[in-house]
Amino acid sequence: MLRGDHISVRYGAATVVDDLSFHLEEGQWLMLAGPNGAGKSTLIEAIAQGVPYTGSIRWEEQELRAMKPAQLAQRIGVLSQKNSVGYAYTVDEVVGLGRYAWKSGLFSGSDDQGKQQVEKALEMTGLTELRRASMLTLSGGETQRVFLAQVFSQNPQVLILDEPANHLDLKYQQHIFSLIQQWLREPGRAVLSVVHDLSLARRYGTHAILMDHGKTVSKGLIGEVMTPENLRQVYDMDVFAWMREMLSQWKE
Amino acid sequence: MKDARLLKRERFSPLTYLALAAALLMTMILCICVGSVPIKLSDTVTAVWNALWGLPVPENIAKNIILNVRLPRVLCVTLAGAALSISGAAMQGLLRNPLADGSTMGVSSGAALGAIIAIAAGFTLPGFAYGGVMVSAMVFAFGSLMLILSLAYLLDHSLATTSIILIGVIFTMFISSIISLVITFSNDHTRSLSFWTMGSFSGVNYDQALLLCGALILCGGILIRFSPELNAFAIGEENARHIGVNIRRVKLIVLITVSVLTGVCVSIAGTVSFVGLIMPHIARMLVGPNHKRLLPASLFSGAIFLLLADLTARTLLSPIELPIGVVTSIVGAVAFVIIFYRTRKGGR
Repeated sequence: MLRGDHISVRYGAATVVDDLSFHLEEGQWLMLAGPNGAGKSTLIEAIAQGVPYTGSIRWEEQELRAMKPAQLAQRIGVLSQKNSVGYAYTVDEVVGLGRYAWKSGLFSGSDDQGKQQVEKALEMTGLTELRRASMLTLSGGETQRVFLAQVFSQNPQVLILDEPANHLDLKYQQHIFSLIQQWLREPGRAVLSVVHDLSLARRYGTHAILMDHGKTVSKGLIGEVMTPENLRQVYDMDVFAWMREMLSQWKE
Repeated sequence: MKDARLLKRERFSPLTYLALAAALLMTMILCICVGSVPIKLSDTVTAVWNALWGLPVPENIAKNIILNVRLPRVLCVTLAGAALSISGAAMQGLLRNPLADGSTMGVSSGAALGAIIAIAAGFTLPGFAYGGVMVSAMVFAFGSLMLILSLAYLLDHSLATTSIILIGVIFTMFISSIISLVITFSNDHTRSLSFWTMGSFSGVNYDQALLLCGALILCGGILIRFSPELNAFAIGEENARHIGVNIRRVKLIVLITVSVLTGVCVSIAGTVSFVGLIMPHIARMLVGPNHKRLLPASLFSGAIFLLLADLTARTLLSPIELPIGVVTSIVGAVAFVIIFYRTRKGGR
C-alpha cells in the first residue's frame, strides 16, 4: 500500500532520517521503535508531508508529494501525540471535520455516508453521549479519543500514529490501542506507529523497524526485530533482562 | 457528571439571524435620528423610505441632514463595523489566537501608512482618483501582516498569542512615528494625524459606502465560504493539515482577504481599533466558535457596536466630535485585558 525508498530528512547540517526505506502492506501494524532522537517522529512527519524530505514515498504508484492534501487525507490519517483545542468546539464538530477531505467543492450536497462514518466513529470511541460537550471540558484521555474518532471518521486506509497514548493513564492507553486493533481488522487497512514503550510495540505490532540515529538497525517481523542483540545495540543495555526484572515486580 | 458539560443550546437558528438583523436596523434608525440636531423618527423613516423607492422627499432641513449627512455616515459605519469584525473573527480562527485583530497586530497602522504615502506621493489610479490610496492601503496591510507573522515566527515557531501581540504593539508604535513624519513633511493636511491613528467617519459619502459594500460582499463571501477551513485552523493547524486542508493556499487567501477589507476600511475611516477584537468574542458567546455561524454573527455584532460607538463619539461632547477610536479603544482596552486574563487561565 505505502512504501518509502531512501527517505532522508535534514535540518541544516543534521541528518535526522538517513536513507531509510520501508513498506507497509494490508493488515500490518508496523511499529517504529528506537531511543530518543532516532528520527521516528520525523519520519512520520515526512510521510504526512509535514517536513521536506528527499527520496520517495509512494501510495501504490503515486508519489505522495504530488498528491493534493485532500487526496492524501482520504488515504492516510494521522493522529498526533498531543492534541488540544483552543475554542469551545463541540465533540461533534471536531469529529465531523474528519470528513473534510471527502467534501469536495461548495455544492457537494449532503454527505450521507459521511454522517454514518461520524456516527460509527463516535460509537466506536464511546463518545456518543458526549457529542454535545465542549472540547474545553474534556480530560486529556477524552480529548485524544475525540481525535481518534476524527481520524476514524476520515476513513483512511492507513493510520499513522505518533505515540498516540503517550501521556495517558494506563486505562486510556489500553483503550486506545485496542480500538486501533479493532479498526485494523477490517480489510484494506494498515497502521504505522511510533511507540516508545517496547512492551506495547510487541503486544500490538506485527512488524517493526528499529531505528537509531536516523538509520535502520533492523526491520521485519516484530519477533525478528526485537531480539536481545538488536535491542542491546540500540539501547546500550540488556533490554530483555530489564523487562523481566520489571515484570517480576508484579509476581505475588 | 456528563450532563453538566453538554452544551444545551442548539446554538444558532434562523431566528437568531432575524433578531440580529432587527437589532441592527433599529440601531441604524436610532443613529440617524440622534445627533446635534434631533430628528423625529417619522421624518427619518419617511425620508429614507421615499429616497429608497425614488419617491419625492418632503423638503425640510431634516431631509438635508438625513440624506446628505447621516445616512451615508450610518451606512459607512455599519459596513465598516461589519468588515472589521468579520476580519477579526477570521484572523482569530486562522491564527488560533483570541487576541488577533487588525489593531492588535499592527495591520491597521500599516494600512494607514500605505494610505498616507499614497496621498503624499499623489498616487492615483486612472479614472478612480481615490483608488490609489485604497490599493496602497491594502498592499501595506498585507505587507505588514506578512512582516509581523514572519517576525513572530522567528521568535517562536508556534506563533504563540503573546509574541504576535508583542510584535504588533512595537510595530504599531514604529509605524505611528513614521506616519507623523510623513504627515509633517507632506503638503496635504486635509486629514490630520488623529484621523489616521484614531479614525473618524465624519464627512463620508455614498461612494465610499458603495465601495465598502462591494468589498464586504466579495471578501465577506470568501471568508464565509472558507468557514470549514477556518474551523480546522481554529482547532489546530497541524490537525488541519492532517484532515486534508491545503494549509498554504487557505492561509494566503484568508490573509489577502483580510488585508483588502482592512485596507478599504482604513482608507475611508482611518484606524478604528479593537472592533475586530471585541465583537467576534461577543459573537462567539452568542453562537459558539463554529465559523459557519460565527462569521455572520460577527458581521451583525460588529456593525451594531460600531454604530453605537460612532453615536457616542458624535453626541457625548456635542458639538465637539470625538474620534471614534477613542470610544472603541476605551471599550477595547478593557475587553483586551479581560480576554487576555481568561486566555491565561486556560478557558476562552
